[in-house]
Amino acid sequence: MRVSALTRRLAVIFMGLALVFLYAPILTNFVFSLNSDRFPTIPLGGFTLEWYRLILADALVIDAFKNTIKIALIVAPIATAMGFAAAYADYRFNFIGKRLVLIFALMPPLIPLVVIGLAMLAYLSRIGLSGTLPAIVVSHIVLTSPFAMAIIRLRFSQIDGDLEFAAQNLGASNWRAFWEVIIPATKTSILAAFLLCMAVSFDEYAVTWFVGGLEETSSVRILSFLQSAVSPRINAIGSITFITSITLILGAQILVLRRLTRGNS
Amino acid sequence: MGQMSKDMTSSLSTRRLSRLAYGGIWSLPLPLWLAAFFLGPMILLIWLSFWDVKNFLLTPDFQLENWQKMLTAPYFWAAYLRTFVIAISAAALVSLIALPCSLAISFFLSVRARMVMLGLFVVPFFTSYLVRVYSWQIYLTENGIVMKLLAAIGIDSGSLLNTPLALMIGLVTLTLPLVIVIQSISMLSLDKTLIDAAYNLGCGPRRVLFATVLPAVRPGIVLGALFAFIFSFGDFVTATYLGGGKFTTMSILIADTVKSGQQWPRAAVVALMMIATLLITALASIAYAYRRT
Repeated sequence: MRVSALTRRLAVIFMGLALVFLYAPILTNFVFSLNSDRFPTIPLGGFTLEWYRLILADALVIDAFKNTIKIALIVAPIATAMGFAAAYADYRFNFIGKRLVLIFALMPPLIPLVVIGLAMLAYLSRIGLSGTLPAIVVSHIVLTSPFAMAIIRLRFSQIDGDLEFAAQNLGASNWRAFWEVIIPATKTSILAAFLLCMAVSFDEYAVTWFVGGLEETSSVRILSFLQSAVSPRINAIGSITFITSITLILGAQILVLRRLTRGNS
Repeated sequence: MGQMSKDMTSSLSTRRLSRLAYGGIWSLPLPLWLAAFFLGPMILLIWLSFWDVKNFLLTPDFQLENWQKMLTAPYFWAAYLRTFVIAISAAALVSLIALPCSLAISFFLSVRARMVMLGLFVVPFFTSYLVRVYSWQIYLTENGIVMKLLAAIGIDSGSLLNTPLALMIGLVTLTLPLVIVIQSISMLSLDKTLIDAAYNLGCGPRRVLFATVLPAVRPGIVLGALFAFIFSFGDFVTATYLGGGKFTTMSILIADTVKSGQQWPRAAVVALMMIATLLITALASIAYAYRRT
């Protein structure tokens, strides 16, 4: 758009301020996790690793982190595989009601988490699963697979639809064409989806809190800490969760963006 | 001859069968999983709203008492109205804040800077909202960072926690990334010749923005606001930890009812009212977004 340099500059500055606003709570969390004062405010106290030492000595926190990792490592492969299958089916086949299935598959992240939590809790306690780790796994797959499908579908939309058929015309079977054409073309997006699913599973607290009963993940542990009192221990756990999810998301983004820019050139 | 054609049809049907199996392997898993563990729970939720609670035990039933109780309770409608007003204010505020950001990203940055900026805006969306809300508590609380900063320039603010401002800060934190991404996608797919045409017809920059760009990206703006509404309407963390329990929303009603006792059927009524509201709002917004002018 042809607008004055001043307007451009103002808009870009405003955008920068919005970024500062979004990152401020993340940055202060790191600062206060290393600050010796019990009450987090300015001016800062001294440097300490005390809060990290406290949470690492807390059996509840350690168990919660173990659960989180276990759950994410089961959820991510299953959700990615199912998201991939749905994205591939949408790219490759035509069937009646395909659009409806797609919209249905994108629904879970749009329903309020408390509502899904209640519905899942009632349903899973009917089949005797509520209050167990499998209950958390089952619901996390519902919540993460739409993201996997979306991110892999994005990649399929750049692949020439005739490539696979060309391979088949050259004598390759369905499966051979799949392994030699589809998998190499989509493997980075599959990895990106995997990382994204892990990140979403890692940070989910509402549904987990409802269906998990006494089983806690690190996010639910944070929720319990929040319900009791302000404590720099929350900052310490918070820093660990931030570092983990930021690493996963940046990884996913780099994979997707590299593909996109290479796809354009 | 007859034998040959029989062979051909049988090999044809096995091929068709294997193609069908191949298609089924890919197209069925996710829909089946979601039918079992998403649609199933949602249907049970509807049924649950008609159940009875006898001697603290959930009993399958078909009675309208839960609906009657909730829909005639003043505290339910107070919570409903409060949640709706909070969500609609947040949607409007976030859309206004996102607009200059999306314009900057879409029109004033190089391709490379644009990608980096979009990436930076997306990252916080996938980081723990719980911890970020806790951080805002630290900023806004009595003797917190904001109060001390304001005091340093001579403003006596008091605690900003548990105010509508605190709620809005939380909800902007939650939804801004999503709205910026949606608005930017619609701006980036805008036909640039449209803008050139407007300039050639002698429009000034302001007129181009308000008469050409904004109407053309209306779907993106409306959908962005819709997503902000959906997420703000359903969130229970913001009102709990930045509103200090002063703002009982629909989600808090559900969480409290479920966590404190057996009245799941009444919580189901609240949940279904939320879904109905979101559905109507979504359909109305989409109809408005793609309306021909």
